[in-house]
Amino acid sequence: MPAAIEVQSLAKSFGRVRALDAIDLTVDAGEFFGLLGPNGAGKTTLISALAGLVRPDSGTARILGHDVVSDYRQARRLLGVVPQELVFDPFFTVRETLRIQSGYFGLRRNEDWIDALLHHLDLTAKADANMRSLSGGMKRRVLVAQALVHRPPVVVLDEPTAGVDVELRRELWEFIQSLNRDGHTIVLTTHYLEEAQNLCTRIAMLKAGRIVALDSTANLLGRLEAHRLRLKLGAGACLPAGFAGKASREPDGFLSIDLKGVDELAALLTGLREAGAAIEDIELGRPDLERVFVKVMRSA
Amino acid sequence: MICSTGFRTLLRKELLRFWKVGFQTVAAPVVTSALYLLIFSHVLEEHIQVYAAVSYSAFLVPGLAIMSVLQNAFANSSSSLIQSKVTGNIVFVLLAPIGHAELYAAYVLAAVVRGLMVGLALLAIASVWIDLAWAAPHWILVFAVLGAAILGTLGIIAGIWAEKFDELAAFQNFLILPLTFLSGVFYSIHSLPPFWRDLSHYNPVFYMIDGFRYGFLGVSDVSPALSLAVVSGCLLVLAAATLQLLRTGYKLRA
Repeated sequence: MPAAIEVQSLAKSFGRVRALDAIDLTVDAGEFFGLLGPNGAGKTTLISALAGLVRPDSGTARILGHDVVSDYRQARRLLGVVPQELVFDPFFTVRETLRIQSGYFGLRRNEDWIDALLHHLDLTAKADANMRSLSGGMKRRVLVAQALVHRPPVVVLDEPTAGVDVELRRELWEFIQSLNRDGHTIVLTTHYLEEAQNLCTRIAMLKAGRIVALDSTANLLGRLEAHRLRLKLGAGACLPAGFAGKASREPDGFLSIDLKGVDELAALLTGLREAGAAIEDIELGRPDLERVFVKVMRSA
Repeated sequence: MICSTGFRTLLRKELLRFWKVGFQTVAAPVVTSALYLLIFSHVLEEHIQVYAAVSYSAFLVPGLAIMSVLQNAFANSSSSLIQSKVTGNIVFVLLAPIGHAELYAAYVLAAVVRGLMVGLALLAIASVWIDLAWAAPHWILVFAVLGAAILGTLGIIAGIWAEKFDELAAFQNFLILPLTFLSGVFYSIHSLPPFWRDLSHYNPVFYMIDGFRYGFLGVSDVSPALSLAVVSGCLLVLAAATLQLLRTGYKLRA
């Protein structure tokens, strides 16, 4: 089976800005893949190139083996894209919007799936409402429904949860995860790194149009050898020698220290006990993607 | 491919788009043109006779009707595209597996339909108090459809080229409006000084109006066959240019 997405030496410049710098990337069918990077890293340009919204200067991109330029009709049928911008057609209702989008993809009788999408995205009550009357979160959900209306095997979500409240965000991810379990390939860009950590099995990090990290989420998290210890000491207490230089004070008064392992934690606690330092509060955090992201971006 | 569901859906969407605001897109231009007709025919009826045995009102009606057809065809495709570009919802069409020929055909056909609706409504109103001759109805239909297709095509070009409403207004007011007003809607070019008469022959809109008017009156400034050749040639050239713009994604795909 061909890769869901296969990008080879893809390059695109806007004037002097090199938005994509000879990107190579393969996303296998069935993956839940994360595309992360700071603003201007090239995530949206890459997605736009896959969707045919941007014409690459060089290189190729394929969706399930179909070239997005020379075989664009089939490539687009296989791809659903949730755009980042909150765009809508003010002339139509939610249901009309989804019927029109179905028709664009060659589907004339799609009411059952449209009803299912409206249900899953909690839009049933708004089916006959004009798009202009919807809140930002609802418009975002309609964008998701539009991307899924032709049941594409590859779904790209460009910041799909921006402006969506917590409960609906959770419901949206449950729905997207169920699509992934059914075999859909999901590619996600998000600034909520916790979402990416929880959902994505593999992640690519982009900076200045280049991929600076590409690995499984577990391996990326493993790049951080440290567990982060946060502790609040009693008045007058100090960290033992050897630890003071590694700590940073946080706004809430806690000291934050990265520890390489259990032995180092034990040494710290022993040192504190021997010095008679009182510990008022203590938290031990697991490695998180945000710290990996910051580390990768700083080193790239 | 041209009859694909994608094409038909885009055409239906474009028809619905103007029909949902029918007061603005159909009724208002009909009323405006009917007022032109009422005032000009009342004021000038006794003073101007362009062709023997043809009243000025009977001469004016076809001119106003085709002018309405042309202007509304242009307005339909150009406003649809610029609105979609400015609001960003053009992305839904660009993401779909719809070919550039289908895009072109859907936008132009919707423009033709709106133009014909306005033109027909005006003719229906005018026929209440003006006795219209229908000398060669097939020429009426041919020039109305071809003229609307040309202006619908120009609307697509303007909609693609313009990046803001101001630029579209410039295209409309500094190109389309002079071409339509200076093409014989209100007069025969034979009444013009030689320089302006000769210049009018380089205006393709003149041939649309002259050929359309021939369908009513049976007389015209140039032969309808020549008008048909010029109008068809213009459509072919503009259609080819527009298809190329759509194929390359000029100002639509970055």
